Amino acid sequence: MSKDFSIVGKSVIREDGFEKITGRAKFADDYKFDGMLFSVMLRVPATHAKINSVDFSAIQNNPSVASIITSQDIPGAKKIGMIKNDQPVFCDEKIVTPGDVLAMIVGEDETELRKLLTKIKVDYTSLPTLTDPKKSLDPDALLIHPEFGSNLIVHHPLRKGNVEKGFAESDEILERVYTTQTIEHAYIEPEAVIAIPLEDGALKVIGSIQNPFTVRRIVASVLNLPNEKVQVVQAQLGGSFGGKDDTMCMLSARAAVAALKLNRSVKIRYTRDESILESYKRHPYILKYKVGFSKIGKINAMKIDLLADGGAYCSMSPFVTWRSVVQATGPYEIENVQTDVRAVYTNNPYTGAMRGFGSPQPIFAQETLMDEIALHIGVTPDEIRRRNGLKLGSVTATGQTLKEHDVNLIPVLNKAVSFTNFAEKWKENKKNQTGLKEYSFDQPIFKDEQFISSEKLIKKGIGLAVSFRGCSLGAEGLDQSSCYISVQPDGKVVMLSGLAENGQGLRMTLLMAAAEELGVTADKIIFLENDTSKIEDSGPTVASRGTIMGAAAAKNAAELLRKQLEKVAREVSKLDETDFISFRENLVFSRKKGMIAKFDDVIKAAFENKVELSAIGRYKSPDVSWDEHTGQGDAYFTYVYGCQVAEVSVNTGTGEVYLNKITAVHDPGTVINRLGAIGQVYGGVTQGAGYGILEEVTNEDGMIRELNFDQYLIPTAKDIDEIKPLFLEGNEKYGAWGAKSLGEPTLELGAAAIANAVCNALGKRFYNLPLNLEEVLLGRKLRPQDLKRGSL
Amino acid sequence: MEIKFVLNGKEVAADISPSIRLLDLLREKFELTGTKEGCGVGECGACTVLMNGKAVNSCLVLAAQVNNSEILTIEGITNGEELHPLQKNFLLNGAVQCGFCSPGMVLSSYALLEENPNPTDEEIKDAIAGNLCRCTGYKQIIDAVKQTAKELKVEVKV
Ligand code: FES
Ligand code: FES
Repeated sequence: MSKDFSIVGKSVIREDGFEKITGRAKFADDYKFDGMLFSVMLRVPATHAKINSVDFSAIQNNPSVASIITSQDIPGAKKIGMIKNDQPVFCDEKIVTPGDVLAMIVGEDETELRKLLTKIKVDYTSLPTLTDPKKSLDPDALLIHPEFGSNLIVHHPLRKGNVEKGFAESDEILERVYTTQTIEHAYIEPEAVIAIPLEDGALKVIGSIQNPFTVRRIVASVLNLPNEKVQVVQAQLGGSFGGKDDTMCMLSARAAVAALKLNRSVKIRYTRDESILESYKRHPYILKYKVGFSKIGKINAMKIDLLADGGAYCSMSPFVTWRSVVQATGPYEIENVQTDVRAVYTNNPYTGAMRGFGSPQPIFAQETLMDEIALHIGVTPDEIRRRNGLKLGSVTATGQTLKEHDVNLIPVLNKAVSFTNFAEKWKENKKNQTGLKEYSFDQPIFKDEQFISSEKLIKKGIGLAVSFRGCSLGAEGLDQSSCYISVQPDGKVVMLSGLAENGQGLRMTLLMAAAEELGVTADKIIFLENDTSKIEDSGPTVASRGTIMGAAAAKNAAELLRKQLEKVAREVSKLDETDFISFRENLVFSRKKGMIAKFDDVIKAAFENKVELSAIGRYKSPDVSWDEHTGQGDAYFTYVYGCQVAEVSVNTGTGEVYLNKITAVHDPGTVINRLGAIGQVYGGVTQGAGYGILEEVTNEDGMIRELNFDQYLIPTAKDIDEIKPLFLEGNEKYGAWGAKSLGEPTLELGAAAIANAVCNALGKRFYNLPLNLEEVLLGRKLRPQDLKRGSL
Repeated sequence: MEIKFVLNGKEVAADISPSIRLLDLLREKFELTGTKEGCGVGECGACTVLMNGKAVNSCLVLAAQVNNSEILTIEGITNGEELHPLQKNFLLNGAVQCGFCSPGMVLSSYALLEENPNPTDEEIKDAIAGNLCRCTGYKQIIDAVKQTAKELKVEVKV
């Protein structure tokens, strides 16, 4: 695509970079206010318990305690939630997971308050626990929330064609079961929020908040205030990845209750342990796939059954699993599909939105399954995908015909395959495959010489995975966004978006879209602080919708404004009707006369002529459709496509997987800020690698074992040798110049590609994530209780 | 207790309780909030500062230990409004996303270049292996450090 852009597609330094790199940027915990108090949480070391009584008498008169806050202090809603109000702000009757908070104490000295927590006497009775999601729907299962009558959070069915007929017509059938693990967002900044009482009973909230409008809605409901009395401001956000949503609503609500009661500013900040204990996680899935295919590998039928552990609260489970039902077959055209996705309650830590959002789990299953099919029929992994992959005009599992955009699945696959010389390496590695060293108690794994030259133990593997991903919210929610833009008399432009920055660089992307359309340089535009009181709700920054929805609104705003300015320029320069005006890099051109004015001069003239110098741009998503009973419909208005290739070295003695290179080919539509886009790939690939080989939150009867970074390991600078981002910018009619999505696709493919690469090295297939040492070497996970077994 | 030390090139004194951490002293007493807390147990590196030229986790150092020493924080790296070459290259290379790890990353890299002006890729990775970043995937950070080393070398030659 050759478009003549002056700024779009270039690498531009982010507008908040200076503040951040000098340490001046203010994150939530960097704010301090006069008379500010701290609030700390009371919990009990139990997973599921009935609270009989809480005795505060030991601390009640302590001078360090300004107030004790319980659910009695809540003026409005006592339970909150993203979709279903099932999560108590304070659990005074019962806790259903260890992160649950009973009450808070507020005072000036946070350290002292934490000590005083231990003096509060809580009388509770431990209840039986339900931690295995497979048992959640048993008829005799205990109910996490008895008022709902069932542990089922949601069930999404999908029916296309007739799977039984499809299986009957198949030459071969494979049935497989996969599991994926719980993981933590692990944003480096733990949660923090300050609630500040204003005049007239209003309130301001500043915090590490991903979605200010959601926080406003929830805080207002808990305080029983109208929305406009709650102002929510986002501090610099130290990473979120979908994780600072529900938890931040909860913390904001708690801080707000205390602030209004005491009429003082109240800060809550979590330690890392508390953050991991209470915040939601990525859903672990159990995935059952049955696939029927012909001798040449054409897939006739796929039957899929996915079970997601939602943990103790509903959170975003219905939406997360909805994306799974749409994408569970992978990017393949299959005539007969039957999918059932269920999310259930357990006493485990609750699970919700996380970058990827219900896609990394099925991709791991379905993409390793594709490799198995390739092996069965004797073709390379890229070839099996070519034979089944979605193309222009293909019909997806939801019955949607793909049209009106470049369906770039096969092009991204081909680009990745030829760039990495995939097929040849894959065949070569397969020839050299060896299994793991045999492992027994009386024989050491290593012989002495192997310690000296461990090269012999290292085997190379290469593997790939592909995906399609629906952009933005799709049929899961209302989809629109706004952007305000105005020019000051001196020619400086200010803008404000209803979409929040999450740290990824969204503001810069929106700013560049506005600059391009308005014909000014980026340094002319100032981005105003995100504030719920100043712009319309544009929905959350989730679902990789920031660019596709936000940049489109920014471009529309700039276009409205530019049209106004065009009129002025035309008049001032006395151009005739047929002349064409363009704005570029702070200058204004006429086709006939060349440069006619500076941008600033046009602004001055406009100002003097009382021309309106502001505009609000909007973008609303094209129509989508969904039938809940059949799972059929045009689920998303457009899709993006990606292919990642992992090259690994596996130590056959220890089971260690080393990542030599990951090549990531993505079609995000038009790239706006190249520097930011490449950063999304590096970051997403690295998170995907963590998911593939390192990370896991485990729990013992609901109690999380990995509460800090000494136990919960995320990738460091040393874990991946090389990452190669490549873009294939397809045409798209929606969004700003066809700019679509990138953030999430980069993360979702890694685990599957790595698992396929490890299989290529060892000839052994893996069905459970993560592929850590134990999984690779022993085929199961070692847990502390394994060690206890002898002594109990 | 009373302590004296050099903070970002200036002599300072403070009256502290012996149990507070250097991290709290910097953030609360001196309001140098560029130093961040990500874990409190020495694993994430967000709290990295230089103590007598060496990168340390300020969450693991007691304030009392800095008596008579020299401490450099991110605020001391910047010269007024002028960025240090490392900072400039972090921006140019896209090494900053959310920015929460960035001050610590800059200080770890600064300590490395002071000690080893000519680091290999492996040495750079080793130097920042104790600094966790969840956003960037580290590649652009490594590039920024490499580029800085190259530029500083050229300057020395001239
Ligand atoms: S806060 Fe000091 S190392 Fe994490
Ligand atoms: S830039 Fe976000 S943690 Fe490093």
